[in-house]
Amino acid sequence: MEKKAPDKIGVKLGMWLFLYTEIMLFGGLFILYAVYYSKYTADFIDAGKDLDLLLGASNTVILLISSFTVAAAITAVRRQKNRLAMGLIGASILLGLVFLVNKYFEWGYKFEKGLYPGSDVLLDAAPGKNLFFALYYFITGLHGLHILIGLTLLSVSLIFIIKKRIQSNRFAVLENSGLYWHLVDLIWIFIFPLFYLIL
Amino acid sequence: MKPSQEYEHVTSYGKLFAVLCVLLVLTATTITVSRVDLGALNIWIAILIASFKAAFVLLFFMHLKYESGLLKIAFIGTIGCLAVFIGFIFWDISFR
Repeated sequence: MEKKAPDKIGVKLGMWLFLYTEIMLFGGLFILYAVYYSKYTADFIDAGKDLDLLLGASNTVILLISSFTVAAAITAVRRQKNRLAMGLIGASILLGLVFLVNKYFEWGYKFEKGLYPGSDVLLDAAPGKNLFFALYYFITGLHGLHILIGLTLLSVSLIFIIKKRIQSNRFAVLENSGLYWHLVDLIWIFIFPLFYLIL
Repeated sequence: MKPSQEYEHVTSYGKLFAVLCVLLVLTATTITVSRVDLGALNIWIAILIASFKAAFVLLFFMHLKYESGLLKIAFIGTIGCLAVFIGFIFWDISFR
C-alpha cells in the first residue's frame, strides 16, 4: 500500500505562484491606467459617464456571490456533502455565465454608440477619452477571458466531484480552481471603482 | 494511501456568509461615497475600500489567513514588487 506524506502546501503552491504572476499582469495594466488617469483626469471622468453603473455594480455583486459559493463548495466537500458542493459549484458557474452575458450587453450598447477601438467617434474624441476606452476594452476583455478560463476550471472540478475523483481528503483540483476564481473576483474588485466609480 | 489534506482548517458556512455580507456592505459604501464629490480624494477612497474588499477575499475566501507562512510571505513579496513598480513609474513620469 502506497504511503504518501501529507503536503498541504505543495498541492496549492503552484497555483498561488501562478496567481502572483497574474497579479503582476493586471497590476501592470492598472499602472498604465493610473499613469494616463493622472495625465488626462478630466477626459477620464468625462469618458466614465458613458459606462453603466448599474451593470457594473450588478457584475460586482454577481462575482462576490460566486466567490462565496465556490468557497462554500470547498467546505461542503470537506464535510462530505458532495451533492451540496455540486450545487454550489453549479451556482458559481451559472453566476459566471450571467456575468459574461451582462458584459455582452454592456459592450453591445457601446458598440451601438460608436464606442469601440478604432471607431471614428473615439478617434475624433479627446485623447484621454480614446485612451480610457482602449484601457476599458483591453482590461475588461482580458478579465473576461480569465472568467472563461475560471469557468472551465470550475466545470472540470464539478465533473471530478460527480465522478468521485474529488473527496473530502483529496480536493486540490477544486481548491486550486477556487483560488483562480477568487483571483478573477479580486481583479474585478479593482476594475469596478477605476472604471465605473470615477466622478 | 495516506490522506494528504486531512488535517486542514475548514471555514464554516457562517463565517463565509459573514464575509460575503461585509463585502456587499463595502460595495454599497464605495458606490455611495463615489457619488459625493470629494475632488481628488474620491479615487483614493475608492482604492482604499477596494483594498479592504480584496483583503477579505484573500484572507477568508482564498484561505490565506490559515495558510502557511511561505504563502503569506510570497504574497507580501508580490505586493512589494508591485509597490516598487508603481512607485518607480510615478517617480519617472513626475519629472518628464
